[in-house]
Amino acid sequence: MVENALVDWSRAQFALTAGYHWIFVPLTLGLAVIMATMETLYVIKKDEFWKQTAKFWMKLFAINFAVGIATGIILEFEFGTNWSNYSWFVGDIFGAPLAIEGMLAFFMEATFFAVMFFGWEKVSKKTHLLATWMTGIGASISAIWILIANSWMQNPVGMEFNPDTVRHEMVDFWALVLNPVAIVKFFHSVFSGWMTGAIFVIGVSSWYLLKKRETRFALASIRVAASVGIIGTVVLMLSGDGSGVLVAKYQPMKMAAAEGLEKGGECAPFSIVPGVEIPGMLSILATHDINGCVPGIEDILNGYTDHNGISYPSADEKIAKGKLALEAFKEYRTWKDTDPAKAAEARKVLDENVDYFGYGYIDSPEELVPNVPLVYWSFRLMVGLGCFLLALMVFVLWAEWKGKLTSMRWLQWVALWSIPLVYLAGQAGWIVAEVGRQPWVIQGLLPTKAAVSSVSVGAVQTTFFLFVVIFTLFLAAEIRIMLKAIKEGPKI
Amino acid sequence: MITYEFLQQYWWFLISLLGGLLVFLLFVQGGNALIFLAGKTEEERQLLVNSTGRKWELTFTTLVTFGGAFFASFPLFYSTSFGGAYWVWIAILITFVFQAVSYEFQSKAGNILGKNAFRIFLMLNGLLAPWLIGAAVGTFFTGSAFVVNKDAVADIGAPVISRWVSDWGGLEAVANGFNLSFAHMVMFLAIVLGALYAINNIAHPTLSGKLRKSLLKSFILFLVALVLVLVQLLTMDGFAVNEAGVVSMEPYKYLNNFLEMPVVLVMFLLGAVLLVAGVVLTLLKPNFNKGIWLAGPGTVLAVIPLFLIAGYNGTSYYPSSADLQSSLTLANSCSSEFTLRTMAIVSLILPFVVAYIAYFWRKMNNRPLTNEELKETESY
Repeated sequence: MVENALVDWSRAQFALTAGYHWIFVPLTLGLAVIMATMETLYVIKKDEFWKQTAKFWMKLFAINFAVGIATGIILEFEFGTNWSNYSWFVGDIFGAPLAIEGMLAFFMEATFFAVMFFGWEKVSKKTHLLATWMTGIGASISAIWILIANSWMQNPVGMEFNPDTVRHEMVDFWALVLNPVAIVKFFHSVFSGWMTGAIFVIGVSSWYLLKKRETRFALASIRVAASVGIIGTVVLMLSGDGSGVLVAKYQPMKMAAAEGLEKGGECAPFSIVPGVEIPGMLSILATHDINGCVPGIEDILNGYTDHNGISYPSADEKIAKGKLALEAFKEYRTWKDTDPAKAAEARKVLDENVDYFGYGYIDSPEELVPNVPLVYWSFRLMVGLGCFLLALMVFVLWAEWKGKLTSMRWLQWVALWSIPLVYLAGQAGWIVAEVGRQPWVIQGLLPTKAAVSSVSVGAVQTTFFLFVVIFTLFLAAEIRIMLKAIKEGPKI
Repeated sequence: MITYEFLQQYWWFLISLLGGLLVFLLFVQGGNALIFLAGKTEEERQLLVNSTGRKWELTFTTLVTFGGAFFASFPLFYSTSFGGAYWVWIAILITFVFQAVSYEFQSKAGNILGKNAFRIFLMLNGLLAPWLIGAAVGTFFTGSAFVVNKDAVADIGAPVISRWVSDWGGLEAVANGFNLSFAHMVMFLAIVLGALYAINNIAHPTLSGKLRKSLLKSFILFLVALVLVLVQLLTMDGFAVNEAGVVSMEPYKYLNNFLEMPVVLVMFLLGAVLLVAGVVLTLLKPNFNKGIWLAGPGTVLAVIPLFLIAGYNGTSYYPSSADLQSSLTLANSCSSEFTLRTMAIVSLILPFVVAYIAYFWRKMNNRPLTNEELKETESY
């Protein structure tokens, strides 16, 4: 019997690793673009100032990059160590993007990072610039493939269940790659990295302004960072809009949880905070139609018909179909070698109900509802902070352009203290995405509790606390080293 | 004709190739194992750290790609071994995780633990990671305690396909003499390669002399471990699989595999000769520093055949000592034909990847590392 505690601790360990990983990755993605832009300015203008500016941010990039790699390798192998059943059940599809990520992106990052960091005197200026851009591009390519893998878990496409091998198998590679959820998620995640990098650079530069030192460096850095950040955040918001439509379509329970929507329907209201609503706004955001139907939690559990007249079965019906699919699978496996007629009959029932296979593991409809308050408030935190940070970057850039930034100390303080806020927004976004899809590890096909490894709860608890200590130590050391490096300042 | 069986063999070859490259790139770990053994002054230690520090990401990436390729091509191995030999894989991961940050953090102000702590992490990774990887690969020949039951998916309460029978989570592997010999062989090989790489990459006569002494000691220990491995490997019973997929024990299976696949045997011997030549020339000629470029390719050529005799010629590459018929073979653990075919197309990019790595490796290594360079340019 798989214990609930094993599932919970395995989830906690993965959440811990992913949460820490997402502290380091967005800064890598954003800072890469910012410092590459600065180095481009150096190559074009032949101004040593831009070289030293780029080099300073590269120093911070390198400190951050190492911890991102450390947490990343654990994530990859945790699919095997903690989610071994998942690894077999869908490894035929999920393994491919991970392998491609290694071949295409990681080698690119590893090779060009060394050239970027140690190659100033070993390669030409243009080759060095190429290496800097390729490091950033490698990081983004890496994001593409891991997000394709993640998006497949949110919206599984391009595969079919094979009862002989007892797994889902890939039948359409391009459906996997061009999954609309993957495309939107790529833009949403990578450009959130641009925002993180921008806020980080603006915040650190503001500290120099507050200290009345490195003024030219700080203002130049702010100009580049704010420009990159504003572009990134606009794309982030557009992709966020697209993401909302796709979530409503493929993961309506996640949408209902993010809105705390018990009963939905047409012209559904958007909740700003509990008790404050904008009528019809949720329908517009989720379907781009004020009359669009957005089901609530109760609707999804009880079954509903949307504005296009399509009916969706209740949770009880889905669970019953799932149990039927599992029973048919068992029958098929029993008879496949000895009684072809009985096996064919079982196969027919399995094929008719295979879309609900994962519901066979669900004990009660209540299990299908994620943690609503956590998802609801995380969503508000993400959106609210995103809007605030965009406004901040626009204002900072405007103030710099008008030559007023150096005298606006309050704005410098706000910019400095916005650094933790951008991380909070990023973490909140992933909580919405991952907690919101519970109880599924693969939407509708495999619940989290059926995906775990057969290891003891004690083993997972031990590694959980081990990782807490290691990651926290790394984070503390990174912050301390960065603070020292910032205090020392650029060599200009 | 590209059949399903061909694709399985092709992917096992790629896994073997990645395995060979990974063992070669363990020179990074070997170099780190020597930080305190060969490096006696701060200057020497700093040179050693910076020498391997410019290549560690390639080793790391090869390990990750090795894991990713296994996941994509043989997911049942990924599922069974990683989920079962839990503590072995976690231990390997932790040593690599510490290594990843130690280069960057060791000489930076404010690193909390101090310079030596991070260098000790590097040294521990240098010794433990190759040792543990060696022990894990040793089980490809001796077996592990697991059971695979795909029908378990229908068991609503416990739908886990692969189960480890031992309570030791894979650590029981080190109680086996062959696995222990294999672990030591890989560890000493990594140190041999690390010494050879540092001799080639660092221009420092005093350190070079110390590295040559370390090379001699580690090479002797490597040879002892190698002989122990070969004697056991060539005389042990192996896990044979017939066309129906039934696994049985076969006397001298791995010796037979070498003899029945002469190309593989020649590759192994050629690799061994290159490896030995690289070391011996370095030891005999005080000015010869290109030993790594004989021993490195030699290592790749010698390691690939070890993987090939584990998986080719009707052999179970990940046998179960708890239930013979649960043993993993290329056929029963691989991905679908569609996935293997798709990934085979993707793998065609590998020569391009190797080409740009080689190009930039040459660019970055065209001059040996000196103490002056560390002072004048970016360094760890």
